[in-house]
Amino acid sequence: MTTGVEPYVQLREKLSKRDRSLREKVMSLEEATKFVRDGDTVGIGGSTMSRTPMALIWQLIRDRRKELSCSRCIISTDGDLLFGSGVSNHIETSWFAQGILWGLSKVMRHNVESGGARYDEWSHMAMGMRYRAGGMGVPFLPIRSMLGSDVERIRPEAKEIDCPFTGERLLLVPALNPEVALIHVQRCDAYGNAQIDGLQFMDIDLALAANRVILTTERIVSNDQIRRAPDQTKIPFFCVDAVVEVPYGSAPHECFGVYEPMLAHMDAYVRQVNKDPVGAMQDYLEKYFYEPASWNKYLELIGMEEVLEASRRGRSIYND
Amino acid sequence: MTDTRNYTASEILAVLSSRQLTDGQVVFAGVGIPLLAATLAQRLDCPGLTILFEGGVVGAFVEPGKLPPSTNDQRCTKRANMVLGSADVLLLLQRGYVDVGFMGGAQIDQFGNLNSSFIGDPAHPKTRLPGTGGGNDISSLTNMIVAMKHEKRRFVEQVDFITSPGFIRGGRSRAESGLPMGGMFRVITELAVFGFDDTDRRIKVLALNPGVSREEVQDNTGFDLTFDDQLGTTEPPTEKELATLRVLDPERLFIG
Repeated sequence: MTTGVEPYVQLREKLSKRDRSLREKVMSLEEATKFVRDGDTVGIGGSTMSRTPMALIWQLIRDRRKELSCSRCIISTDGDLLFGSGVSNHIETSWFAQGILWGLSKVMRHNVESGGARYDEWSHMAMGMRYRAGGMGVPFLPIRSMLGSDVERIRPEAKEIDCPFTGERLLLVPALNPEVALIHVQRCDAYGNAQIDGLQFMDIDLALAANRVILTTERIVSNDQIRRAPDQTKIPFFCVDAVVEVPYGSAPHECFGVYEPMLAHMDAYVRQVNKDPVGAMQDYLEKYFYEPASWNKYLELIGMEEVLEASRRGRSIYND
Repeated sequence: MTDTRNYTASEILAVLSSRQLTDGQVVFAGVGIPLLAATLAQRLDCPGLTILFEGGVVGAFVEPGKLPPSTNDQRCTKRANMVLGSADVLLLLQRGYVDVGFMGGAQIDQFGNLNSSFIGDPAHPKTRLPGTGGGNDISSLTNMIVAMKHEKRRFVEQVDFITSPGFIRGGRSRAESGLPMGGMFRVITELAVFGFDDTDRRIKVLALNPGVSREEVQDNTGFDLTFDDQLGTTEPPTEKELATLRVLDPERLFIG
């Protein structure tokens, strides 16, 4: 079992070759996903159905990318879509279902139980510490969970050691340095200084760990605006390779402070794919992913009423 | 016997679970009954209870009628004291800031191990379940309360897969596996309240819920149960407990 941990010199070399200058990186979705190559390891930001970089996943599915090996802190319907479209055959995460409200994913189950795809399970903290090790430039970090469980038993990539200081048992989890990270944020400037509101999940470590970062944002703001609240900047521009402005870029998932999940669409999606995780999934992909001419057309298919209702709920959370 | 109970199975789970918490504790809660029970305790006897969510929320404050659909959802952050990254909130567990972990369970065994990963052989699974989420970290690093429905297929002698460790194979096996702290503290079902033997670490019935017999608990359990020498009966939910709980979940999303 290979751990996929890159030697330090190689890791540094990749970073040294990146253009880290202060420059504008604004481009289209189509241009941005050119940073992803078939077979790449891809880290996905956000969690469950929050701040999912759905527009980038939408574009990768349209690009018909192949054999992406994906990781995410917790994955939901975005994982379904990656498996169902054939873009990914391997996902590393701690939890994979359609969301708490909808339960088990029949799409995940079909793909994993038929042997066509792999879901490698780690503990939630292990995923976090793997991204953190990647972001710190060390090959592993020690943790005190997963020990004694079957989650450890099926992950030979993790190694038990006796602590050289105390003699205690520890588990070393290997660093995760994805080739590309896909992250959606509320706002960033044209250089990629990114501000995240609300739950940040594992996105900061993921951005630092990845060899390339593609950012989608609800809106692009001026660098002056970023400088007015630099403490809100969570990802620095020199980590970022592409910036795409995509309003509702997490739809039908939520984006903190802007919109809550589009629940009617999610309900209909789950009902459709649960009946037939292959055929109905293809129909869904056809209608919402391959056919619409643009992301805005995709939103139109979800429906203006649904999008605005999600916005109303998302913006009203802090009203009282 | 006429059933005169004026509460649902989920309601008694939430009420009995909330009574296990004490003021001043820091509780890491999962979505659903755990979140409701922790909030109920906070409203009744534990105003100084602090609730943490795996999404990164410290000091959650759940508003009546506005329950979040998951603990990784933007509603969780409203009126919280602090928002951290997911890894950082889990590291609070590892450092030891958390007294109690509080989750639901899909399948549990006689040593309190939980399975939410596989039915059948993990190499060729009959059913691939969602997986651990924060469950493995929470159960590895803190004292656990599990609130779950009592069914024979959920209470098994040995789980197919240990997703979240309890006392593993009993005795000292948990500590010997590298988990010197925490373990299972209580399991709450609609039929009974369970603890774990101090020595062999097997589950045992501490108290029967109102109107429930030993036989009923045994008949719904997939292995032979031990009953505590001082087997008690739990006090039924009070009007105040039920009223407060129902205000929290007016749409009855989680209380049934």
